[in-house]
Amino acid sequence: MDLRLPSKVLEHIFSFVDSNEDRNSVSLVCKSWFETERLTRKRVFVRNCYAVTPAAVARRFPEMRSLTLKGKPHFADYNLVPDGWGGYAWPWIEAMAEKSPALEELRLKRMVVTDECLEKIAASFKEFKALVLTSCEGFSTDGLAAIAVACRNLRELELRECIVEDLGGDWLSYFPETLTSLVSLDFSCLDSEVKLSDLELLVSRSPNLKSLKLNRDVSLDALGSLLRLAPQLVELGTGSFSDKLDQEAVSKLSQAFTELKELKSLSGLWDVLPEYIPLLYSVCPGLTSLNLSYATVQMPDLVELLSRCSNLQKLWVMDLIEDKGLEAVASSCKELRELRVFPSGADVDETNVALTEQGLVSVSEACPNLESVLYFCAQFTNEALVTIARNRPNLKCVRLCVMEPFAPDHKTQQPLDEGFKAIVEGCKGLQRLSVSGLLTDKAFEYIGTHGKKLRMLSIAFAGDSDLMLHHLLSGCESLNKLEIRDCPFGDTALLENAAKLETMRSLWMSSCGVSFGACKLLSQKMPKLNVEVIDEHPLKTRPDSSPVEKIYIYRTLAGPRLDMPEFVWTIHKNPEIGVSNLAIE
Amino acid sequence: MSDKNKTSDDALNFKATELRLGLPGSESPERVDQRFLTLKNLCPVSGAKRVFSNAINGSNKWVFSPGSTTDVNSGSVPVKDHKPGVSVKEKKSSAAAPASKAQVVGWPPIRSFRKNTMASSQSQKQGGNTNPETEEKAKSGPETCLYVKVSMEGAPYLRKIDLKTYKSYVELSSALEKMFSCFTIGPFGSHRRCGRDGLNESRLTNLLSGSVYVVTYEDKDSDWMLVGDVPWEMFICSCKKLRIMKSS
Repeated sequence: MDLRLPSKVLEHIFSFVDSNEDRNSVSLVCKSWFETERLTRKRVFVRNCYAVTPAAVARRFPEMRSLTLKGKPHFADYNLVPDGWGGYAWPWIEAMAEKSPALEELRLKRMVVTDECLEKIAASFKEFKALVLTSCEGFSTDGLAAIAVACRNLRELELRECIVEDLGGDWLSYFPETLTSLVSLDFSCLDSEVKLSDLELLVSRSPNLKSLKLNRDVSLDALGSLLRLAPQLVELGTGSFSDKLDQEAVSKLSQAFTELKELKSLSGLWDVLPEYIPLLYSVCPGLTSLNLSYATVQMPDLVELLSRCSNLQKLWVMDLIEDKGLEAVASSCKELRELRVFPSGADVDETNVALTEQGLVSVSEACPNLESVLYFCAQFTNEALVTIARNRPNLKCVRLCVMEPFAPDHKTQQPLDEGFKAIVEGCKGLQRLSVSGLLTDKAFEYIGTHGKKLRMLSIAFAGDSDLMLHHLLSGCESLNKLEIRDCPFGDTALLENAAKLETMRSLWMSSCGVSFGACKLLSQKMPKLNVEVIDEHPLKTRPDSSPVEKIYIYRTLAGPRLDMPEFVWTIHKNPEIGVSNLAIE
Repeated sequence: MSDKNKTSDDALNFKATELRLGLPGSESPERVDQRFLTLKNLCPVSGAKRVFSNAINGSNKWVFSPGSTTDVNSGSVPVKDHKPGVSVKEKKSSAAAPASKAQVVGWPPIRSFRKNTMASSQSQKQGGNTNPETEEKAKSGPETCLYVKVSMEGAPYLRKIDLKTYKSYVELSSALEKMFSCFTIGPFGSHRRCGRDGLNESRLTNLLSGSVYVVTYEDKDSDWMLVGDVPWEMFICSCKKLRIMKSS
């Protein structure tokens, strides 16, 4: 008896399977399920653009409408990846233009996108609807003009913290008068001024506009007129919040804010003057997301503002909030799920000392739904970490950055091993962890033993020896991304746990003690990995024992990449070099 | 198996392996907690431009001394100085910032976008400006950029280029070719007659469509001239706009 379901039925069933994780599982059941799934997948996520070729993706998913790509490793955010390393969007765009011309959405993160790329998108994808670029670079406002002029059905254009060559604000004027489909526009990272009249015209003919994030150059006055044209906004990123307005203008602006009945998310607020903060009070009760991380607001004003935000789920703020401010958050924002506290100064010496571990403890105590934390702080204690873990076992993401490398528990002078032990032991669902402060190998033994659900781990200036790495690679079953900088260990742990690397997306190690010989050996042992050595000094004549600056190892089906610059080496560049070859050429 | 047993063996190398922030060879002052990896610079430090040279402030380098043997198999480890940490408060009250404070690349881990935004915010506050002035990119000057608009007949939008980035007509021509090649079908070929200073005429030829493009510019007197007739330096001083036309 043939129990197989006809593919039409399968297709219908699979159309209800949204999450790609589920779809990946579905595709592994059997060949016919694989086939049906691949023919019905519309949204494709490629989390390492070098793990697979564009052609292979296009071939497997002919009905793809949305593509998400990630390029450079995470530590590129902190300038650890040299310019020219890679992550080029062009090969993907070129391939999709030919093989998937029905593509509608492109979301890129940490990739190099040129004006040529944007022009190609504009010219090739007739139904293009959404372009979201996060932490990308390489293009100018000319490229944006190309998108604006050509994409007749554009819904989303979002530039999130991109580095854009800003040649002026004209690009906005290229949106044709016939474009009325805009839902989301984010140009907050651009420098230059756009013409207010162009912006007003665009906003007034976009009835579906739900998200508008302006750049710093848009004045407070302009904001008022824009809000009056778009009271339906759900997400707003203001421009600069500091012009001097007369009484009439202020009350008009206040009125405009009161009209924003749907507003859930607020950001921007650059240079906000304290006297303008009350303008925001009317929207506070409705807010679920508030990004004050660029607003240099002092603690008392922050308290006034945040005590009105009873529905807040996500709060990004600077350390100007201080412990006292976080106590206010703890008592007012019971729905809080995510908290990020950024430093207001770039150095340890400039950290606000009124923000200590106590602030985070207060929030962990009082906010039952807190699951994600990013916290920059001058110092910490084991006691605080233990308390936080006890208060909040449901934490999924803990990123603690003690600003001073090697800083111990400031009360006991002990390493922070016991504190992080409590975190991994208590928070059983922990998926992401960044550690800092003084840590010995013991900390990593604890993480390896208890961090079974840990997927991403970031480490800097920690550990004593190889054991650290060994504990992690052998213990953390779910480990997917591991990034390490400035930790002292050599090759043994890496080579002993080589097989683990194929189960992970990537491993980054910089300023550690990995030798050139180990890299070569690993490359030879593990052909399904790209073992990239990133080092400015020429490698060919290096002795095997010499340490390399940085390595980036990732699993791939695509083989060696063809766009490696001079300073990136893989064994494919010198396949004839054996490990024992120490001859100087 | 801990490497702590090696402590006594490496005692003599303590200073060498001590993690520190400072110029190589300098002694760090009161700050006893300078536990930074020192990576011995195994390759000659020449004056040659390096990709990462701007990442490390001044001549402070991260130097790594992996102990006495650099043996791949032993996984030798630099021994960290386990002196008790000095509390932050104490450190702050001791000597003010050490004489040479190196900037560690990428630490603290703050995105460059955020760093740049905060930095420009600071300078604005200091400068007393609340409204950042947009740069007048069209203004020309010997030191600043020289942006001119470049339009092409039949193209839906124009581009802007900085004439100061090119040194000759040849460079300009190839840049324009690259920029506008997407508007023509097929591979680009260019037939240029090179004169003494590189270019007498600029022609961008489209092989398939057969149409020939000519680059013209608007000069200070608002006259439209053919690009390539005057010496390069004179050209960049007088060029206000560029336009690529189809030659009939």
